[in-house]
Amino acid sequence: MIYIFILAIFTGVEVISRVPTVLHTPLMSGANAIHGIVLIGGVILLGSAGDSVLLCALGFVAVILGTLNVVGGFVVTDRMLEMFKSKPTNKSSADK
Amino acid sequence: MSRTSVPEAAYLAASLLFIFGLKRLSSPRSARSGNILAAIGMALALAGTFVLPGMGHFGLIILAIAIGTAPGWLLARRVKMTAMPQMVSLFNGMGGACALFISMGEWLRETAPAGDFGQALPMLLGIVFGSVSFTGSLVAFGKLQGLITEKSVRWPLQKSLNALLLLAIVATAAEAVPHHDNAWWAVALAGAALLLGVLQVLPIGGADMPVVISVLNSCTGLAAALTGFAMHNMSMIIAGTLVGAAGSFLTVLMCKAMNRSLAKVVFGSFGLSPVAAAGAAAVKSDQVMREITASECAIMMGYARKVIIVPGYGLAVAQGQHLVHDLDEALEKRGVEVKYAIHPVAGRMPGHMNVLLAEANVPYPKLLDMDEINPEFEQADVALIIGANDVVNPAARTEAGSPIYGMPILNADKAKNVIVIKRGRGAGFAGIENALFFNPKTRMLFGDAKKALQELVTEVKAL
Repeated sequence: MIYIFILAIFTGVEVISRVPTVLHTPLMSGANAIHGIVLIGGVILLGSAGDSVLLCALGFVAVILGTLNVVGGFVVTDRMLEMFKSKPTNKSSADK
Repeated sequence: MSRTSVPEAAYLAASLLFIFGLKRLSSPRSARSGNILAAIGMALALAGTFVLPGMGHFGLIILAIAIGTAPGWLLARRVKMTAMPQMVSLFNGMGGACALFISMGEWLRETAPAGDFGQALPMLLGIVFGSVSFTGSLVAFGKLQGLITEKSVRWPLQKSLNALLLLAIVATAAEAVPHHDNAWWAVALAGAALLLGVLQVLPIGGADMPVVISVLNSCTGLAAALTGFAMHNMSMIIAGTLVGAAGSFLTVLMCKAMNRSLAKVVFGSFGLSPVAAAGAAAVKSDQVMREITASECAIMMGYARKVIIVPGYGLAVAQGQHLVHDLDEALEKRGVEVKYAIHPVAGRMPGHMNVLLAEANVPYPKLLDMDEINPEFEQADVALIIGANDVVNPAARTEAGSPIYGMPILNADKAKNVIVIKRGRGAGFAGIENALFFNPKTRMLFGDAKKALQELVTEVKAL
């Protein structure tokens, strides 16, 4: 698992290393949505909580919060990027 | 083994989609599809989780997802473009809180013998990072939303207090490992980390908020990865680490754009050093700002050959983006060349201003980065500064004592004439006086950016 951890670090840096300033905000927002993956953890916690009321409650809240992160994150990012999409003809020349 | 192969495959596909999505997000042309790819990856990972062996409570899971989806969707749809940064921060905080709850749950459930450090570490760290990013993001949200003062809040012994708190966190975590059966240690740990999140972000001034959000973003990514370690979940480790690494790298890029060291942002906030305060006083006493009317302003621009517009956050607050575009069109009709100078940190987040102007249909090629536009100021007849301040403050170039000294700025002062649309006479976001406003070639048009622009558009059209 440590291997994966280290590989993912390099991938993360490599993948965004040439991002233009213009896209910093959408990129941050997109990354924000991706770490909503904690939602999976919430689902597993709740799904395997068994009879424990405490675990159920913790998992339930975690799933709600995680969903907020995922849905909100992706929708906000999409709205930001929509703005860039609206002028496809002008954009090609600005791509660097 | 076959029962776990479906989720494993889903996780692998999801991880690849996250990587490709992030990759596509870093180029303007493919950005939107990148976001959608990542969203598909998320859906896949979620679907894969449902078929994991030993899962139950499906009704509750779906109910919780439904409860989370509705407000998330509505908030994200309704929020104004100007309020984007705090929205990102808010959602980020939710992710942090989620990681906190999961780590706590895992800790309570874990039946491993007390004292197993390797097993305990990811959970305890997950609690710490989740908590810090939760309360930190909420404070950042409050500051950007105007619920908490944007000024840097300070109190005595600030740094020692935070260091002490950090020590307490380490000590509590160390104590929690051998006392795994006593849940209160973990609760105390969360409490201390929650407090640290508040204390760490509260002193940071509004101007540094983008960096803070970026730091907290990678913090939540790390929390997600740690939770993944605790739960042995590959997709969480990969996605969390990706965000943690990309977020940290992005933070460094932002700091470079503002010429601030990360340590300075996190540990020492913008404070008026005595030198800068004295300098500001000197500017005030012996110089005056020269006012101008909208019609004079329109004449100056209408008969210019080249106008460079420098938009700042003040423009966004006044919701004047569309009017800028109108003004731009009216001027172009008269044969004036109009360009936009975008400082890397104009607005509240890097790239924020581009998003806002793109929303107002300003053609993308007219928005120029600082490095491209700076040599052009000398040929410009008019630099029109709308609601921007610190990013055109020449003190960054000349006054070694100024808090913004060394920050790259837009050379608006090199233009033949400078017009500044500004709400009032006060200092800018960072609380620093701007000598440009007292420059003999500068004219001030006081008032709300939207109203001022409206008048300008009318006047230019009437020329």
